[in-house]
Amino acid sequence: MLEITNLHVSVDGKEILKGINLSVGTGEVHAIMGPNGSGKSTLSYVLSGKEGYEVTEGTIIYEGKNLLEMETDERACEGIFLAFQYPVEIPGVNNSYFLKAAVNAKRKYQGWEELDAMGFMKLMKEKMPIVEMKQDLLTRSVNEGFSGGEKKRNEIFQMAVLEPKLALLDETDSGLDIDALRIVASGVNSLRNHERSMIVVTHYQRLLDYIEPDFVHVLSDGKIIKSGDKSLALELEDKGYSWLDKTA
Amino acid sequence: MSEVIQHYLDQHAALKGSLPGNELTWLSASREQALQEFSKQGFPHHRLEDWKYTSIRPIEKRQFKLVETTDHTVDAASMSQYLCKDMACHLMVFVDGRFSAPLSNLGTLPDGVKIKDITTALTEDTELVQTHLGSAADISRNGFAAMNMAFMSDGVFVELQKNTKVELPIHLMFLSSGKQEEVTSQARILILAGQGSQAKIIESYQALGNSVYFNNITTEIKLAANASIEHYKVQQESNKAFHIATLQVDQQRDSTFTSHSVSLGAQLARNDINSWMGDEGATCNLYGLYVTEGRQHCDFHTRIDHAMPHCTSNEFYKGILDGHSRAVFNGQVHVHPNAQKSDAQQSNKNLLLSKDAEVDTKPQLEIYADDVTASHGATVGQLDQNMMFYLRSRGIDYNAAHALLVYGFAHSVIEKMSLEPLQKHLETALVNRIPNAGQFSDMV
Repeated sequence: MLEITNLHVSVDGKEILKGINLSVGTGEVHAIMGPNGSGKSTLSYVLSGKEGYEVTEGTIIYEGKNLLEMETDERACEGIFLAFQYPVEIPGVNNSYFLKAAVNAKRKYQGWEELDAMGFMKLMKEKMPIVEMKQDLLTRSVNEGFSGGEKKRNEIFQMAVLEPKLALLDETDSGLDIDALRIVASGVNSLRNHERSMIVVTHYQRLLDYIEPDFVHVLSDGKIIKSGDKSLALELEDKGYSWLDKTA
Repeated sequence: MSEVIQHYLDQHAALKGSLPGNELTWLSASREQALQEFSKQGFPHHRLEDWKYTSIRPIEKRQFKLVETTDHTVDAASMSQYLCKDMACHLMVFVDGRFSAPLSNLGTLPDGVKIKDITTALTEDTELVQTHLGSAADISRNGFAAMNMAFMSDGVFVELQKNTKVELPIHLMFLSSGKQEEVTSQARILILAGQGSQAKIIESYQALGNSVYFNNITTEIKLAANASIEHYKVQQESNKAFHIATLQVDQQRDSTFTSHSVSLGAQLARNDINSWMGDEGATCNLYGLYVTEGRQHCDFHTRIDHAMPHCTSNEFYKGILDGHSRAVFNGQVHVHPNAQKSDAQQSNKNLLLSKDAEVDTKPQLEIYADDVTASHGATVGQLDQNMMFYLRSRGIDYNAAHALLVYGFAHSVIEKMSLEPLQKHLETALVNRIPNAGQFSDMV
């Protein structure tokens, strides 16, 4: 599904990713762990096409297509979804209207008929229980005045509605208390299936107790320095990131 | 004396016999005094601090005629586009500055409430009008204020007696028919809100043609203790029009005044909004939105006086500028020496959609008391790139994301309106106005 080869990325002339190789198969869940500043968020942003991230070397092939040639919105329509570490507040734009615009943009791209108000309402009702989404969050402006937990729930709710093929979860656990984490993680788990791949970026092993990955990669200074199964995450939690610097 | 001033003096001499209340000596004297003030001051010039960024040369170089015609009708169907859908209201319609009884529909007014054209009020409520007309708005402020008093061609008188509440909004609709070029109307609105009274009042200015005309309006609102007035102003003049308006508010103890002012039309629009909080516990909220394009020029000058302790003011203005347009925001808040425990918040945010658009924003807090909470902020910028990325990462393309964000920027002002049908009316106007926003018409 996703093939990243020798990926080098610079921001403002400073190299952040220094040759990433990563292969994600259909239905697989990969966790990317690493200390602050290792380039975890950069990887999510590059995959979703944020401006200011310059690919100086390497390739990203997604479903047989050159991802780097696609605009951000095109990537989204092709099935890539980024759950933001810090979801953006958009005053004046109604949350459910925003979602309707997104759903219909994607449907239009795929050549499907756009949903009308009724059809969209039905879709909302169907997806809301997944993250115990509250009705009033839908009628408010996007993320405006939402608590940290509500913002993250809103991200996973959007993911449930947009049904991506590849979901990138960027530190979805950061700033969440245990209860909120449980709701968000169970939402994510209910969206796991054999067709949907996920890349879960996290600083803490804690999230991986709830969302069990098939593979764990450790990112340090712009490179993947170790890969393994979920036991690697536990070992890392136990010994700390400095353990890897010694073994590397 | 300049030729243009002489033109207006001649107009006045020719028309004064037909102006409302011409038989009243006190009014004729006031008009005469105002005319002298106008000929002394002339039109404001750019050397005056308050007019530094707004040139009224385009008004000054024309010789506008006061409308004399008796044909104050327009096609009811073309008028209806400016009525808010699904909103029952007490409607007063003015065409080219003159009251049109056939188009108006006051319906049934609650006891203790008077709404009438000012010509009628001058006959029926002479004493009240004499006492209050011009008591809040000072003719010496500038030439336009004096001009309005001298030429006052028609207008509205509203009186809310003690503890009356008007459930339905009062809509004062000023239409320009476009039948004549280079005409001026000088409307006057006087609103007396008695103790504990409550009402929502809409002033709208709209055009049926695309002619050059000049509206010079003065509105005075006096709120007695505990009164509450929500004032909405919708400016959708023709894009060749000149719109000069002063809103002067006088607030007594524990009164609440809220103003929503939306400026979309006119080639030159200038709004002065001033509130004097003259007793404790008063609240003044000023919200505003201006959207300009082409070579439009829009100027908002506001002044809030905290003259006594424990008063609160909130000011929240936003502007969206495109093309070569220009906007001015000047927000003065004056906290007087004894006005302790004042709370004054102000914000002005501007979105520039074109590199040729320009805004001059000046928050001006003058605080002479020491126990005061105050803040102000002004921003001028482009759309937030993080917001753009967020929307696009959900599959929304660049143009649509751009339109949605511009709409959202504007909407965050009008969503503060409690009058939903008017909010909807403006949402539609915005969707039609903002580039690429038409695809979101189902949002309204």
